[in-house]
Amino acid sequence: MKLQMGADEARSLLDAQLRGELPDERGRFGPFGGRYVPETLVPAFERLEDGVRQFLHDPDFQEQFQRELREWVGRPTALTFAPQLSERWGTEVWLKREDLAHTGAHKINNAIGQALLAKRLGARRVIAETGAGQHGVASAAACARVGLPCSVYMGAVDIERQAPNVDRMHRLGAEVVAVETGDKTLRAAIDEALRMWVTDPSGIYYLLGSAVGAHPYPYLVRELQSVIGAEARQQMIEQAGALPDAAFACVGGGSNAIGLFYPLLGDDIELIGVEAGGTGDGLGENAATLATGTPGVLQGSYTVILQDEDGQVQETHSISAGLDYSGVGPEHAFLQAAGRVKYISATDDEALEALEELCEAEGILTALETSHAFAAAREWSRENPGKRVLIGNSGRGDKDMPTLTKYPARIRTYAGA
Amino acid sequence: MPAHERLTAAIVAANDNNRPALVPFITAGYPEPGEFINTLRAIAEVGDVIEIGIPFSDPMADGMTIQRSSYIALQDGVSLEWIFGELEMASVFGTPLVMMSYLNPLLAFGYQRLAERARATGVCAFIVPDLPFEECAELRAALENEGLGLIQLVTPATPRDRLEMLCEASRGFVYAVTVTGVTGGNSGLPDDLADYLDGVSAVSDLPVCAGFGIREAADVVNVGAHASGAIVGSALVEVLEEGRNPKAFLQHLGGK
Ligand SMILES: Cc1ncc(COP(=O)(O)O)c(C=O)c1O
Repeated sequence: MKLQMGADEARSLLDAQLRGELPDERGRFGPFGGRYVPETLVPAFERLEDGVRQFLHDPDFQEQFQRELREWVGRPTALTFAPQLSERWGTEVWLKREDLAHTGAHKINNAIGQALLAKRLGARRVIAETGAGQHGVASAAACARVGLPCSVYMGAVDIERQAPNVDRMHRLGAEVVAVETGDKTLRAAIDEALRMWVTDPSGIYYLLGSAVGAHPYPYLVRELQSVIGAEARQQMIEQAGALPDAAFACVGGGSNAIGLFYPLLGDDIELIGVEAGGTGDGLGENAATLATGTPGVLQGSYTVILQDEDGQVQETHSISAGLDYSGVGPEHAFLQAAGRVKYISATDDEALEALEELCEAEGILTALETSHAFAAAREWSRENPGKRVLIGNSGRGDKDMPTLTKYPARIRTYAGA
Repeated sequence: MPAHERLTAAIVAANDNNRPALVPFITAGYPEPGEFINTLRAIAEVGDVIEIGIPFSDPMADGMTIQRSSYIALQDGVSLEWIFGELEMASVFGTPLVMMSYLNPLLAFGYQRLAERARATGVCAFIVPDLPFEECAELRAALENEGLGLIQLVTPATPRDRLEMLCEASRGFVYAVTVTGVTGGNSGLPDDLADYLDGVSAVSDLPVCAGFGIREAADVVNVGAHASGAIVGSALVEVLEEGRNPKAFLQHLGGK
């Protein structure tokens, strides 16, 4: 059963959100969010919440964070006009280039922000989970940068399909712990990281990689990722001379999407999140949580999840490790219920096709996660010719080579030959 | 008398016999769904209170043993609905039952229905490891309406003022987690266990049962000197896993 939200309730909650009042003091976005964690972790979450309140908007911390974003991450990232795609799709296409950020994806914005916070909170070591390996690499790099030891939990299935990133994490000095339990992908990696955290709640800082989990993570990650949308908004005005009609981002846990969307919520822009449609509509064939899931509690948060009627969380399938997750951040569940953001899905095949098209048209090898956003934007463009679209290009696709080599590039003749 | 007071009474009765209450935990329907009720009957002869684990797909507070047993039980089709059905057919147990479940299966079942079915099947209270006090009002109210309790957990990481709040809120008994860690650890009980348990017992009006990492008769004696009861989970599940006799194992640990 989907959670229905009355029009009045939705409007008043959306107003509260535009005033920056969500999440509320209990970590809720309307009905979604909260903090469902084992008792052992409650004091750790309270310390984290206090730390976030104390430091996140502290001028000293912000100065340090902004300097790292500028000088180490390489921000602002470019906004790129895509002339070939625009021509083919019949819309004006702009790309926010998070693939150009250090380590190759938006994940670094969050990782360096939280690593700086971990340092201020006096953590002895950092743990992180990873799906695609991008958050693992970003965490490894950020921990090296601030001088903290880092262990990354990664599902055995993902270790295989994202092998280049495993090697990168090792070289950046992180320990990579293979997770052989559960579904051996992102969800199992989060479960295992939580189990490790419980063994030393005061010494360990858990650097969570998406806008998911118990409060304050969804808030913290959104704040750290909002630089994406804030920059893009400004750049659209400067370079395109206007805001986009629609903005697209892929949604795994939802961090790049909330980072792009949050600063655009007050504008008249159609916001579209794109989940993994996998190989089909059946249970277990996709990771289209918002499209087909129901409300429940997973990994600390009341949100929309893929579950059976007994409340058992279902396994997922996606060609992209970063979208292969049975839950989604609670703020997205709220934005869907309130009708502000639309969530759709793209299949494995559509994502692969979009990836190829972007390579060929613009010379950009994008991540398999990101490709889902391109597939949906292309579809939308067909129905909305002449409009202007912004796509969050969340990361680069180098990490996906082990998967991509299984799908040989379609042979094409060089147009000029 | 509300059902959760039966729990308290069973623990006090064991203590009156000069021994700590023994609280065996099993994953429902593991290793053989067909043996569930027989296993319950066998351990009910030795245990003072029985804790039934509801299998869940994401047991984030559990170590390998209970993860494995949950996974297999789920594969075998064990669900809350099935468990209640089995308990109904077996009719009410003399030994009071407690259910331990992560929150999501309870949410999916519906709190009102849950409380009614639980009451009808001799379940006196729930332990929900991913439901901290701040989020528990709704479930707690639904359970208490039927005379059932929500047992609160405290841990070595729980600060003093919070400890008081949790002991006050708990029903039946207070569950003192012995270690900062997940279930099934076998690195032994911590050195400062006695002080910790004495501290919890001093604050709590209810009996305190200690759980996590209790594997041997010596552990039960050790814990029993500073708490009213000992909860034995992973070690018992391992006995079931290996096809050994659960009743004999519990007798060896010092049950009734
Ligand atoms: C490039 C890229 N995009 C998107 C995602 C999905 O995560 P999120 O939904 O948190 O942005 C990932 C996750 O690994 C990723 O690597």
